[in-house]
Amino acid sequence: MNAIVSASGLRKHYKNTTALDGVDFRIESGRIVGLIGPNGAGKTTALKAILGLTDFEGRLDVLGFDPRTQRDRLMEQVCFIADVAVLPRWIRVREAVDFVANVHPRFDRAKCERFLARTKLTPDQRVKQMSKGMIVQLHLALVMAIDARLLVLDEPTLGLDILYRKQFYQSLLEDYFDENKTIIVTTHQVEEIEHILTDLMFIRDGKIVLDSDMDAVGERFIEVMVGADKADAARSMKPLDERQVFGKSIFLFDGADRATLEAMGEVRRPSVSDLFVATMKGTYA
Amino acid sequence: MKTFYWLVKREFWENRGGFLWAPVVTGVVFLVLNVMAIVAAEVMSARHGIQIGGNNFREMIAKASDGDLAQVGAALDMTMLSSMGLITIVLGFVVFFYSLGSLYDDRRDRSVLFWKSLPLSNTGTVLSKVVSAVVLAPAIAVVVGIAVGLLQLVIFALVLSFHGINMWELLTLAHPMRAVASLLSSIPVYALWAAPAVGWLMLCSAWARSKPFLWAVAAPVVTGLMVTWFGIMGVFNESALWFWSNIVGRVLLSVFPGSHFAMDKHAFRSMAGDLGEAHNPLALISPTQTYALLGSPNLWIGVAAAVAMIAAAIWFRRVRDDS
Repeated sequence: MNAIVSASGLRKHYKNTTALDGVDFRIESGRIVGLIGPNGAGKTTALKAILGLTDFEGRLDVLGFDPRTQRDRLMEQVCFIADVAVLPRWIRVREAVDFVANVHPRFDRAKCERFLARTKLTPDQRVKQMSKGMIVQLHLALVMAIDARLLVLDEPTLGLDILYRKQFYQSLLEDYFDENKTIIVTTHQVEEIEHILTDLMFIRDGKIVLDSDMDAVGERFIEVMVGADKADAARSMKPLDERQVFGKSIFLFDGADRATLEAMGEVRRPSVSDLFVATMKGTYA
Repeated sequence: MKTFYWLVKREFWENRGGFLWAPVVTGVVFLVLNVMAIVAAEVMSARHGIQIGGNNFREMIAKASDGDLAQVGAALDMTMLSSMGLITIVLGFVVFFYSLGSLYDDRRDRSVLFWKSLPLSNTGTVLSKVVSAVVLAPAIAVVVGIAVGLLQLVIFALVLSFHGINMWELLTLAHPMRAVASLLSSIPVYALWAAPAVGWLMLCSAWARSKPFLWAVAAPVVTGLMVTWFGIMGVFNESALWFWSNIVGRVLLSVFPGSHFAMDKHAFRSMAGDLGEAHNPLALISPTQTYALLGSPNLWIGVAAAVAMIAAAIWFRRVRDDS
């Protein structure tokens, strides 16, 4: 397996906080990885390290390059959308396409224009005249026309309405993603991306607390809904989390025996957001 | 190379207002004011029955000695250059504020993250901004200044020709070609002279987390005050004025074209000499005058300092992490 990103012992300290505390992970080609964590957990720092935007301690290899020293060459193969609305406000659609077409060796102009034709953007429109949703459409059209091997998305849909959010991920899946590409995405709107993720990483206080592919997540974590009579039995099996719905209790188990749980009640796969909440319990306390 | 061209083009797109429209508007305003003044003068003279030109004027020119004709030529050259003078002042301000914002504004609005998502080196980015400040902006200003100056000359000649004076005869007394050549040839020397100021402002722009203007101006001025107050320059047998003119002035005011007359004592002396001999404003900007500056250590020390400061700006561009 060829790793797109491999990190070991990744550390980063800011003045009085530790953003990354000895992180190890590997990301393979052709995956869509969700990097999920509470605010201040180190998600953005990890992404910035991968993109060579910050210094760090430890070893990090992205597509065979060291992002600290070989950033210029690395960025030919890596693309990122840092946030909505980071396109310069003065630039026009036409200028943005012209510029990227002429400085990026892997940019496909025709493709970009095809994407733009589907939107309401006009060539002479400036970014400052656009809504947030339109800015992200432009940014996405530019990025998707670049044949990059790694795409990093940091909160790409923050502040967008649901139509733009759905369209964003749908375009990525339909028109961009294939087995040669890898996407790393962070977001707080977990429920909107969980069906497209192939891998899941939870980060908390600068440490990776869960790193697994989605199939393994489904096998390892089981949610069971039991009546009041069997609640105590379930509780004795040390669930990760417990909540009450309509007089019944829902327990979330990590690595419990499936057959035992099936005997107790209705078993299902937990949603990523429930799993996240259970894992991160007490983060802000 | 192609990338660098597009980087400079990007700077032009972003700063079209300062680079192109500021000199154009200045020039147009200047022309309009001049035309208004001419109209006012014509109206006044018509009302009071004063006859300018005509036979008297023609006879005057015919009888004029070579020296007098040279003076007429000098006056015409002066009219042509006056618009350029105004435009260069505007250019100084444009270059100053452009340099100060060049590596700061995109960090403030976070669009730096977009630029950094493209395969652009920090060195290329910073150098493209240096070139925009010291070559592109002055070149545009000079071209606009030349166009405005020639228009101005034609307007004056036209007005005089209404008074029966042969326009072409007058124009041959002026030296538009010499003026154009002098102005164009001064751009490289301006670039070298302005470099330390551009370098310092861009260093502040790349380094400051906020308020680059305050840092850029306060740091040298406060240092200058300390130097003056404690008489530190006495150690080197120089007056505090030396520090103000050679350090503070050079890092802040060198962006103004012509500032070397005030800051470089050789330039000042030769300017006074040339102007005295030639009786023509063109002597001020003649290539021999301008390129004499290349012999001044002041210029080259400034260039060396600029190289160091630009290198530091490139380094800060890479490591400044405040997103």
